[in-house]
Amino acid sequence: MASREPMPKQKVKERIKNFNEVALGYTEEQARREAGRCIQCPEPLCVKGCPVDINIPEFIKLIVEGKYNEAARKIKEDDVLPCMTGRVCPQEEQCEAQCVLGVKGSPIAIGRLERFVADYEAAHSESQAPPVQAKKNKKVAVVGSGPAGLTVAADCARMGYDVKIFEALHKPGGVLVYGIPEFRLPKAIVGREVDFLKKMGVELECNVIVGRTITIEQLFEEGFDAIFLGLGAGLPRFLGVKGENLLGIYSANEFLTRINLMKAYKFPEYDTPINIGKKVAVVGGGNVAMDSARSAVRLGAQGVHIIYRRSRKEMPARNEEIENAVEEGVILDLLVNPIEFTGDEKGWVKAIKMIKMELGEVDDSGRRRPVPIPGSEFIYDVDTVVIAIGQNANPILLDATPEIRKNKWGYIDADSEKGKTSMKGVFAGGDIVTGEATVIAAMGAGRKSARAIDEYLKTGKW
Amino acid sequence: MYKILKKEKIGPNLNKFVIKAPLVPKNYQPGQFVVIKVDEVGERIPITIAEADKDKGTITIFVQEVGKTTYKLGALKQGDAISDVVGPLGHPAKVDKVGTVVTIGGGVGSAIIYPETKAFKEAGNYVISIMGFRNKENVILEEEMRKHSDELYIMTDDGSYGKKGFTTNELQELESAGRKMDLVIAIGPAIMMKKISEMTKEYNVKTIVSLNSTMMDATGMCGGCRVEVGGETKFACVDGPEFDGHKVNFDLLIKRLSIYEKQEKEALDNYKGCKLEE
Repeated sequence: MASREPMPKQKVKERIKNFNEVALGYTEEQARREAGRCIQCPEPLCVKGCPVDINIPEFIKLIVEGKYNEAARKIKEDDVLPCMTGRVCPQEEQCEAQCVLGVKGSPIAIGRLERFVADYEAAHSESQAPPVQAKKNKKVAVVGSGPAGLTVAADCARMGYDVKIFEALHKPGGVLVYGIPEFRLPKAIVGREVDFLKKMGVELECNVIVGRTITIEQLFEEGFDAIFLGLGAGLPRFLGVKGENLLGIYSANEFLTRINLMKAYKFPEYDTPINIGKKVAVVGGGNVAMDSARSAVRLGAQGVHIIYRRSRKEMPARNEEIENAVEEGVILDLLVNPIEFTGDEKGWVKAIKMIKMELGEVDDSGRRRPVPIPGSEFIYDVDTVVIAIGQNANPILLDATPEIRKNKWGYIDADSEKGKTSMKGVFAGGDIVTGEATVIAAMGAGRKSARAIDEYLKTGKW
Repeated sequence: MYKILKKEKIGPNLNKFVIKAPLVPKNYQPGQFVVIKVDEVGERIPITIAEADKDKGTITIFVQEVGKTTYKLGALKQGDAISDVVGPLGHPAKVDKVGTVVTIGGGVGSAIIYPETKAFKEAGNYVISIMGFRNKENVILEEEMRKHSDELYIMTDDGSYGKKGFTTNELQELESAGRKMDLVIAIGPAIMMKKISEMTKEYNVKTIVSLNSTMMDATGMCGGCRVEVGGETKFACVDGPEFDGHKVNFDLLIKRLSIYEKQEKEALDNYKGCKLEE
């Protein structure tokens, strides 16, 4: 059996000096070879692994036939952002994990094929706005232009609703723009997808903070019939240990936003600065931690370390991203945890007091719980620290809208099937409901909410 | 784009702008701020709203030229536009009738103390205002403040206008004269807010300060603005910007304000260098 086509990548030596995309994408020949490995199961399991039910065998078949544009459009029936999901979805846990070829050999590289056709379509054909149903003369407001918001906007526009997206930052895209680095998801692609929505008639207004600039109530007064909240989590979590406010300690959100959205890597051409020391420690083991570490490498740090309290096996980051990071020289310091930060007289962080950990019993997350080893403390020198341990719920909109009930973690209490909140006409999905998750999970939630919005606006039933 | 409807140079390195930002005034209340970004390559900086006009859809801001961004802004003219304005941000000031309120503004902080002075006066308080400036040329908002204060004291560092000395000197005098004070609001440079808070702690008078820590998104997303209040970490943008002055760790605030000192100098030197070449 033929093995999986490898992904061409920028050479390590070069890529650590630039922010260009690392994975270069399949060539046409590679894509057809890889697609040709698909055995077209009559009852495809891959589709069951996809949060938005993309018709995977069908689009792969179209690739084999050389119908790349048609393949892209087939995907777009279920996934409006294939250029992005092809790049950032954890396929190894979803569609590819189900692929029967994976039992004895390597599964079909579904994500890479998705990316190939989406890029091909963007490069070779005027990306067509899908047919839009007859106007329903009802208005839907979408708060937040991240993956959940973009999906709801696209689906509702397609169903004939007038859609307006409100974005708090000065550029649309949410986490796709401020969070995920250029080398993993080029910003031009996000811009292209947003333009695609505009072609479908979706309106977009940046610099609007719903809850402050305009309230939910005022949106209803202005004539919106339904509102979708896709705010993202948006409040960085810190460790809560001594010395965490020392200079040179960043949240991953701040570190990545300075780099990605504000382009601090181009300072002083761009006005936003960033501090990068010789030795950078990134605390956390997820994709955001990998993104931060790999960005630090590109900013010229001499030593970049990931500090993680469990072992490599428990790291939530995609294996591919961990491998990329390691290839680029990132060092994994495992089974250690910071307990205090210390600094110099000017307030700059200089060292971390660390404790060694061991794995104990399996906890709620299904992973073995890290337990500190008494007496194992040691001092770890450092110049810059990035804390990448997740997000809490952003308080602005929820404080301004007490009608929307929160769950015990402070996220929006919305039903998982429809995204309905406790406030009539208001739906929510993505990280602001589930806590930090993936782009595709947010899109899946957006898709369900769009259907529920349609049902609500048709029947008026809440 | 957000158009500059009016620009007025009101002191050396100090400009007043009236900017068309139709959505910002709608829900504005005193104490809130906007984030602005001057152009495509610009950084995002927080600026307090001095006035907002709901009917005209405009905001008034006072901006002192201290770094590249504020110099770039200062170089713009009436009719020009800036790329981004977002707000209003932060919790509004808590304005109640408490008796005698002393409002203290330092330098461009006076632009922030002004709407609050007005609001406290309108709420029925006896308002004593103290404004401190470097020298006569930097005095702003005197007439407006006089109109909304029962007493107004202007201080200049060099004595070129009003009384010679700092805002702390005047506060000390009020205290020595046995004047009743129920609440102090102090807004200005971190060092001024620190000194005032130290004094009023001794006087046992509740004091509110507005913290000007470094911000980027100013929506709680980045945490760059974090400050310590009563031993707890707070985000100035979403938990503030106003806090109990007696609980703020000013030394940490002052240190954190220096995070980008080096880059700020580099950016400004580059910018001024380019301007000279032109």
